[in-house]
Amino acid sequence: MAELLPVILALTILVSGVAGAAILTWFERRLLGVWQDRYGPNRLGPLGIGQVLADMIKLLFKDDWIPPFSDRVVFIFAPTAIVVAMMMGFAVVPFAPQMMIIDVNIGLLFFLGMTSLAVYSVLLGGLASNNKYALLGGLRSAAQMVSYEVFMGLSLMGVVMITGSFSLVDIVEAQADIWFCFTQILGLFVFVIAGIAESHRLPFDLPEAEHELTAGFHTEYGGMKFAMFMLGEYLGLMLISCMIVTLFFGGWHSPISLGDGLPPFFWFSFKTFVVICFFVLLRAAIPRPRYDQLMSLGWKVMLPITLVNILITGAVLLWMEGAV
Amino acid sequence: MRKDPLIPGVYCHDLIQFNNRSGVLSMLEIVFFYIASLVALIATVMAMTRANAIHALIYLIVSLLAVAVIFFLIGAPFAAALEIVIYAGAIMVLFVFVIMMLNLGEKGDKQERQWLSPSVWVGPALLSIVLLAELLFIISDVNGPVSTSSVSPKAVGLSLFGPYVLAVEISAMLLLAGLVGSFHLGRRYLERDYGDERGKE
Repeated sequence: MAELLPVILALTILVSGVAGAAILTWFERRLLGVWQDRYGPNRLGPLGIGQVLADMIKLLFKDDWIPPFSDRVVFIFAPTAIVVAMMMGFAVVPFAPQMMIIDVNIGLLFFLGMTSLAVYSVLLGGLASNNKYALLGGLRSAAQMVSYEVFMGLSLMGVVMITGSFSLVDIVEAQADIWFCFTQILGLFVFVIAGIAESHRLPFDLPEAEHELTAGFHTEYGGMKFAMFMLGEYLGLMLISCMIVTLFFGGWHSPISLGDGLPPFFWFSFKTFVVICFFVLLRAAIPRPRYDQLMSLGWKVMLPITLVNILITGAVLLWMEGAV
Repeated sequence: MRKDPLIPGVYCHDLIQFNNRSGVLSMLEIVFFYIASLVALIATVMAMTRANAIHALIYLIVSLLAVAVIFFLIGAPFAAALEIVIYAGAIMVLFVFVIMMLNLGEKGDKQERQWLSPSVWVGPALLSIVLLAELLFIISDVNGPVSTSSVSPKAVGLSLFGPYVLAVEISAMLLLAGLVGSFHLGRRYLERDYGDERGKE
């Protein structure tokens, strides 16, 4: 039974990941509606949740058209890559003590590897479409993601230095007393921004900026293949939220000693939910920057901040050990 | 638990931590090893023979991922992670990026097909087969374990900043030189285009 647990958990993640992404499409639009003083989809079913079903039926039964001018095999392969990579990323997320698929001593690097592989989906989708707008979207996403990957990795080095391990379970256990969101505030700041850029969500959705590139890399996509891109994006959002909670907000630990009665998984999912809401709020509140603004923000602000963070963290650690 | 490994020289330690096996590769891991090796070989051959640059690159990425799996199986998880993050995740993305910028299309495919004529590759292939035969001969002589335990990220870090610190410093300088050089080249190009008017303002 103990050996079967990871398999059961993997299947649960697969199902709840897809279902969660579907519900998130509705939830996000409703929440955006609340924050922007409008209704959002509220017609079908209670609170409009039937909209999920309607959207799914529409996407499933749409004509699955492949443009004759596209690179057929790559065109079909591209949307699957992002879903597979993001799903793989969930393998190392510790939802609760003993409740994870695999605890490796490279867990954090595995997560970074999977997010960096997800880039190919956007890149190849844009290239295979053989369309100017799609190509431009793909080019943008390549430059954006390769740049922000750098800060994403570097911003986590402070956490790794304090914990002394890449294992996510060790990282969560190291936060039993104080969460890293207090000691690694700069790391958190950079990681959140890099996380939005990596999952190319608004306000950093330059690869698909509809006001200038029609729909960017997925201009030629429709039906199920478009749905796969969407699924990948929402999975990415959930994965990034899970990682923010794991790395900076104490994972399954309860915020107050009062909350110890509740199961650790409740605290993990509750915090993840709050972080997802925060991402939706960002989408509602902040306009999209220009592409050069995005890149200069990255290299001129993010990179120095992460380097300073690593320097300070290292200095404080040495000081605490009494080496200086 | 078996004491002697099925593949000579291939040992594996705590492949999956919660299983806490030590020492020898299990049957399943050996099957995984051969599958990953086969994938790596096929993908590499396909990468070399594709006329379309993008298809070749995708096969190369698959090959790198397969090599990462092999690293992981034989007890080098850190190397496996770096293989994915750096090679598959960053360097190959830049390759695809350049291919996208060049936008070769059908013309590039045709040119590539011409270059793939047998008269071009038979000579090098024969020479490589000689090397391969030598390599196989050497490997068949090796007995005993290549590595008996998995190498943790900490161990890699300690050796990098211990005995190999000079190599790290030199490669850091090399990278810095590359950075400065590319900045210099890019800057001059920009100035040639716009610099005159902007300089006078």
